[in-house]
Amino acid sequence: MKQSTEQKLSMLADAAKYDVSCSSSGSKRTNTKDGLGNATGMGICHTYTQDGRCVSLLKILLTNHCIFDCAYCVSRRSNDVQRAAFTVQEVVDLTINFYSRNYIEGLFLSSGIFKNADYTMERLVRIAKKLRQEHKFNGYIHLKAIPGTSDELIHEAGLYADRLSVNLEIPSEESLKKVAPEKDYASAYQPMNYLARSIEGYRQEKKLIRHAPTFAPGGQSTQLVIGATPENDRHVLLLANSLYQQQQLKRVYYSGYVPVSEDTRLPVITTPPLLRENRLYQADWLMRVYGFSVHELVDDQHLYLDEEVDPKLAFALRHPELFPVDINRADYEMILRVPGIGVKSAKKIVQARQFGKLRQEHLTKIGVVWKRTQYFVVTADQQYHWLEMKPEALRQRILGEKTTPKNTTQLSLF
Amino acid sequence: MIYVYDGSYEGVLSTIFSTFQRGKEAHDMVVESQYQPGLFHEPTFVTTDAAHARRVLKGMEKRCGQEVVRLMYEAFLSEQAGIEMLLYQFVRLAVESPENVLHNFREPCVLKLHQIGRQIHREVHRMHAFVRFQQTNDGLFVAMIAPDYNVLPLLPPHFVARYPAFCWLIYDTRRHYGIYHQQQQVDYITLQTHQHHQLAQALLTASEKDYQQLWKTYFKSVDIPERRNLKLHLQHVPKRYWKYLIEKS
Repeated sequence: MKQSTEQKLSMLADAAKYDVSCSSSGSKRTNTKDGLGNATGMGICHTYTQDGRCVSLLKILLTNHCIFDCAYCVSRRSNDVQRAAFTVQEVVDLTINFYSRNYIEGLFLSSGIFKNADYTMERLVRIAKKLRQEHKFNGYIHLKAIPGTSDELIHEAGLYADRLSVNLEIPSEESLKKVAPEKDYASAYQPMNYLARSIEGYRQEKKLIRHAPTFAPGGQSTQLVIGATPENDRHVLLLANSLYQQQQLKRVYYSGYVPVSEDTRLPVITTPPLLRENRLYQADWLMRVYGFSVHELVDDQHLYLDEEVDPKLAFALRHPELFPVDINRADYEMILRVPGIGVKSAKKIVQARQFGKLRQEHLTKIGVVWKRTQYFVVTADQQYHWLEMKPEALRQRILGEKTTPKNTTQLSLF
Repeated sequence: MIYVYDGSYEGVLSTIFSTFQRGKEAHDMVVESQYQPGLFHEPTFVTTDAAHARRVLKGMEKRCGQEVVRLMYEAFLSEQAGIEMLLYQFVRLAVESPENVLHNFREPCVLKLHQIGRQIHREVHRMHAFVRFQQTNDGLFVAMIAPDYNVLPLLPPHFVARYPAFCWLIYDTRRHYGIYHQQQQVDYITLQTHQHHQLAQALLTASEKDYQQLWKTYFKSVDIPERRNLKLHLQHVPKRYWKYLIEKS
């Protein structure tokens, strides 16, 4: 039976949805006069799924046929699902027409593996090339680099794509071997390292020659599945940290394992570990944006992130010696470490205090979450009132605030 | 003193200029069409003067840098009640202070102005996201919007950069005007009829319906029911924007 484009789209979008990356930011592709689209600066979420995830790109698999049998994957060979494959032209038409209507920022193309890595990758590259060259498409393209692909194909992909990603999926090689015996870390790290070198090489060249071609200007990213295998948060964050340092990744995505199989090698769970996933993202954010080191967030005593309080508050509670922070004197870096103060507020504080001493009222108006911040700062008018309080007592107090029922509705007057 | 002006941005700036020229403080600024004569005051009617408006902006730019010109315009587009007086207070503060007050967040009017600026940016960003073009028989891409603030004048740069080769129209159905793009040129237009909240199906190109259907299918397929979180969904896509979103209608 011949499948319609709509049937294929429904199947191949469904199979691609577990890849959580949907970012369309960080690239620098400008449009030409007669071209279509651009990918500059901030990404745009054109809509959101009912679970609140951003929909920015047309995220599909080229095919869900796959020669591999990875226990955690819905498209694994042994799974009894309907199979489909797009033609090159179908993907191109969908992308161009969705983009023209402002539904999407671009294309995120991944694929199951038919025949072998190179055979599959060659098709992904062909689609990107066609979009760029025949349709003068300058929107965002994110291609999955299939582990085990040759350097030549990865190189060609980098010339057309804004971002490339190789998914490690399972946070340790030992566990990977258990759930996906046909895979290993080496075949994932090889393209990753190749990309890291090329991206850096082209970036240097671009500094000298303005018209040098761009190579994956949006960098590379990866995904780790959380909760399918026994690795702790410390292990996951150390791995992420090394990927940021060594391979210069732009982002590491954490995907709470959604039970898609009843394989005995995987845990039996009914709901994905969403809170744990959320805490990992918060910690990741602290490492990338707030200047925290990974060792400040997790260590030998703290193998898992605190589920009750966010990692920034947890850090403050573990380090009473660093507080209180004087809002009117402390460095920007230290102000950024105060719970309840974000990047925007921290910047405003540093700007505003040049005009005079800041008091509590100023902080609240600037947008600081005073309820949280009050325990950790000194302002011009506010005496610090945590000194005699023990971190444990403070923790209870903050947790106590949270447990007050949220949905108490106001009584009606009449 | 109560000042009455024509409701335009240049009008506000001319009024501010007037207060300095006359040396008479403003207690309120009212748009002419909404002005109701009162018993106890004598209003001043201000004639909009482009040269005066320019001088105010130039003076502000000198005191607060280039950024301020855009910020003030964006704040005006918010159409919030009392926005004229806020701009007036801000200009006075800037004129009376020896230093650049643009980032003096200790001053309520400065903070408020920046907050309004942020709201405007958020709305512009939402329009970048939520505009949905539909292609008509003659190749025109049409989108209807009804933004909270009057952000249409801020949209052209983004959409011109994206779709330079297309002919497109973005129409604000609440304020009854639109921006029409053709060959790198953008014009403001107003449609004759007021019956333009939805495009007639007959006007659309044959494949338009197919792509709308495909988009709906895609939107349905990417949902992960195990992760459902409608509160977060509504926070990102508030209901008031749904009527022009293909996937939500």
